[in-house]
Order: sequence, then structure tokens, then C-alpha cells
Amino acid sequence: MYAQLVETGAKRVKSLEEMSPEEREFQLKIDAETKIEAKNWMPEGYRKTLIRQISQHAHSEVVGMLPEGNWVTRAPTLKRKLQLMAKIQDEAGHGLYLYSAMETLGADRDEEIDKLHEGKVKYSSIFNYPTLNWADMGTVGWLVDGAAIVNQVVLQRTSYGPYSRAMIRICKEESFHQRQGYQILLDLMREGTEEQKQMVQDSINRFWWPSLMMFGPSDDQSPNSQQSMAWKIKRKSNDELRQMFIDQTVPQLEFLGCTAPDPDLKWNEERGHYDFGEIDWQEFYDVLKGNGPCNKERIETRKNAIDGGAWVREAARAYAEKQQQKQQNAA
Amino acid sequence: MSKAMTQQEALQEYLLRLADSDMILGQRLCELCGKAPALEEEMALMNVALDLVGQARNWYEYAAELIDDGRSADDLAFRRDAHDYRNALMVEQPNGDYAVTMGRQFFFDAWHYFTLASLVKAPDERIASIAAKAAKEVQYHLRRSSEWVKRFGDGTEESHQRMQTAVDDLWRFTGEMIEADDVEQTLFKAGIGPNPEQLAADWKGLVNEVLTEATLTPPPEDAWMYRGAKVGHHTEHLGYILAEMQFLQRAYPDAKTW
Ligand SMILES: [Fe+2]
Ligand SMILES: [Fe+2]
Ligand SMILES: [Fe+2]
Repeated sequence: MYAQLVETGAKRVKSLEEMSPEEREFQLKIDAETKIEAKNWMPEGYRKTLIRQISQHAHSEVVGMLPEGNWVTRAPTLKRKLQLMAKIQDEAGHGLYLYSAMETLGADRDEEIDKLHEGKVKYSSIFNYPTLNWADMGTVGWLVDGAAIVNQVVLQRTSYGPYSRAMIRICKEESFHQRQGYQILLDLMREGTEEQKQMVQDSINRFWWPSLMMFGPSDDQSPNSQQSMAWKIKRKSNDELRQMFIDQTVPQLEFLGCTAPDPDLKWNEERGHYDFGEIDWQEFYDVLKGNGPCNKERIETRKNAIDGGAWVREAARAYAEKQQQKQQNAA
Repeated sequence: MSKAMTQQEALQEYLLRLADSDMILGQRLCELCGKAPALEEEMALMNVALDLVGQARNWYEYAAELIDDGRSADDLAFRRDAHDYRNALMVEQPNGDYAVTMGRQFFFDAWHYFTLASLVKAPDERIASIAAKAAKEVQYHLRRSSEWVKRFGDGTEESHQRMQTAVDDLWRFTGEMIEADDVEQTLFKAGIGPNPEQLAADWKGLVNEVLTEATLTPPPEDAWMYRGAKVGHHTEHLGYILAEMQFLQRAYPDAKTW
């Protein structure tokens, strides 16, 4: 998922009795699965939590263009190049669409982007990993978009209307990305040379664990989850989502003829789920704190793009004003 | 080109020029991925790049059929070296600042627009149909790039400076785009492609109109022009573009699939 460790500001969830009349009415609406719309009253904590979550998601879509942009100039065929370009364009669209949903909550896109560039807010840890070979374009689609979908399918039922609707639209495209990514890997494994097959396995080895980290820390380490669940901003716990992802992904992995870098990964008949090894949470927190392989480069690239483009936006504003002035003078 | 050039040879050569220019400009725009001055521009740049690479694929496919020597569209794009590439010098120029990016786009779009407008009427149905689809896309490209030239030219002092510099620097690559050689003359006589004189006049007319509206000074009529792309003599940039773009095909020559 693209939003990890979203702060809610609540130490514990209030009971209905402790709530003000407004809060109680709001919570009853949530409990009845009535969507909250921008014009409706909402608790400040709810609003702020959503702004944090949606902006994290939007930032992730935008930063997520960079690891793919790293290969778009080197895509091996016309078909693959066009597919990758279309995918990247979709991700930019997701970013725009999510920033709009966020702005319905009274937040400002430019301000939120400034916070990203100042390192004050997060984006998904996964995009701080480098894309080192072509197969990564397959793996990112399959595992990264795949993990995002598992989370986002559930978020289609999130309580905030504009966010829910954004998720419905975005999910369709993410599923397409996932299938396309898997197809890249499948073609390489079926018809590729030995070198190409090694490329695929190497790519899976590098992206496996970071993809599992996309769901965020274990439930007992997620202090904000309870409030987010009560508000139905979140609908399933991190561990539940992670398990769903693993259960659906392992058969696909086997179908590829590849392996995961996890000796503890095996089917558990009793649980009806795959067991898997311990995630290196130290690595996760390091990456989140800024100490991932590409954190510095990713933010630098984004910051340079927006800062370096200031004169462009300024020119567009000045021109629009002049045009308006001309029209007024003519009238 | 020798006088003995057949129409068929001219056509193959011309299709490669169209394809290569689309491809290289698309590649240049891909380099800007994640680096555009605004998120809306990120979308627009990739949109234009998608159109161009899509058009390149259509032209390459047709060229590969006509050349018929066993090479595919991908082979033409990813396995030819710079001296065999036939793209305009304009499109291989680096992205520079956004004024250069948009100036380059505008000069090319204007040429592309009038060229396609005439290819739509080609007796060769394949050409006409590829051109018809492309012409719709390029109409939008041209509208967009001329808008940006005007915004920069008539925006702030800084943007005006930058745009004027971009126009002055890029101008030397415009000459060869609107000068017809044997290939274009041969095709024109066969009813394929624009009347060379008309194309030059249309291009100059539109460019002057936009530059003037943008409060920019058009470079002098007798400015020196850089030529050579039509015979494979490129600027130093193209070799690097291809080194990157063709990397996988070159590094894994045995690969049959991607
Ligand atoms: Fe996305
Ligand atoms: Fe997403
Ligand atoms: Fe995606």
C-alpha cells in the first residue's frame, strides 16, 4: 500500500458516550456505511488523518514515476516502451486525481508538495529502492502495483466519498498495470535466454521483501490503525492485507518458475494461508527515516523539477494575466 | 542520392525520416519523465511522447514491410546506428530548459503539421491512414507548443529572455526541415508528401506569426543553417541518445523476446 504509518492524533478510540453530539452523529453515519462528503461536518482528526493519508498516496504515485522513468528511455522494444510510457502517464494521472480529492478537504496541493520536498511527510517506502535491470519493470508492475491493489480494493469502501471514488477509478488502471507487469516476467521466463531469466529472479529477490513492507508495520506496532479502522478510513489491518497479498502472489510466483528469497515461505494447511519469514523491520524504519538506497535522489529529483520550474509557472501566470487584461480592455 | 533513385527507394527513405524524427523526439521527451515543471506538464509531455512513439511504430512497420529484408520495426528502431538514422537534427537537440524543450517542439510540430496535412492525401492508402491518425494528434501538439512559445515570449522578462535565446539557438536546425532534397522532390512528383515550396512558405508563415505574437524577434532570413541529417550526418548528440535507447537490444543480441 502507498500509505504507511498514517498518524491519526488519537491515543485511543473514543466510545459513543464520550463523544460530543456532532461526533456521535458522524460516527453513527460511518457505522451505517454512509459516505462522508466534503460539505459534511467531520472531526478535525478525521480530516487531518485523511489529508495525511491521501497526500501520502498522491506523493507515492508521483515519486513512483521515477523508478520507472529510469527505464523508459531504455525500454527494449516499441511495444514495451509504449506500455511503460502509458503506465507512467497513468501514475501521473493518479497523482493529480488524488491531490484533487485531498483538496476537497481544504488542503493545498502546493503546500503538501512543499512538505514532501522538505522531508516532513512520507511516501511509500517501496519507491526508495532502485530499478537495476529491465525485469524490474515487470516486477514493479506485478508486485508493487499488485500490493497497492490489495490495499486499494479495500479502500474503494473507505468512508470518505471523494477518496473512495478516486480508488474505484485508480484500481482499474492498477490492475491493468499488474497484469502487464506479470506478462513481462512471464514472457522473459518462457521465451527468454538464460541471462534474461536470471534478470527476472534477481529482480524478484530484490523486490520481494520491500513489497511486503508496503503494507506497513505489524498490527501490534500500528498505534494509529484502531482509530483509522473506527473511522473506516482503513478497512483491514496491515497484517490481514499482507497475508492476502502473499496468498494470491505465491501461486503466481510458482507459475513463473521463480522463487522468493524466504526459506520460511510455505503453505500452512491448518491456517489455510502461507506462512512466511520475519520481515526486517529495521530496514523498513530506516528507509522511512530517509535512509533507503534512493531517498535522497528521489526527493532531490522532485524538488529540482518543481523548484526549477518556478519560472515556467510564473511565466504562465503572467501571460494569463496579460491576456485577461487585454480582453478587459477590448470589452 | 543518385538520379537513378526509384520512387520505392525514395519512399523507404522518407518513411525512415518520419519514423526516426518521431522516435527521437519521443525519446527526448521520455528523458523528462518525473522532471517536468508541473504535474499537468508531466501528463502532457508523456502524452505527446506516446503519440510520437506510436506514430514511429506505424511508420517503422510500414517501412519494414517495404524494405522487406527480414528486419522488423523493432530492428529498425533499435538496431540501426546513427549514420543510418534519418531524423531531423532539430529533434536530437538536448531538452535544455523548458523554453528550449518547447521551442524545439514548436519548430518540429509546425513542420510535422503541414507535412501530415499533405500526407493525408497520399494515394498510398497506408500512408494516408497513418497520417490521418497522426494529424489529429499533431494538431494538438502544435496548439500546445505554440501556446507555450507565446506564454514564454509574452510572460515575464526572464521567460522572454529564455525563449528568445532558445529560438536563436535552435534556428540553425530549421533550415534542413523545410529544404527538399531528391527524396522529397521525387515523392512530391509521385503525389506523396508536400509541395516543397508550399511547405516552406506555410512553415515560415506560421512560425513568424507565432513568434510575432509572442513578442519575439525572428532570426534573420539569411541566418546560417546546419545540415546533414538527411544523409546521416548528425550532431554529436544522436550517438548518446541511441546508446541509451538501444542498450538492451545491443547488450543482449541473442534475446528473441522482451
Ligand atoms: Fe498508480
Ligand atoms: Fe496507487
Ligand atoms: Fe500503477
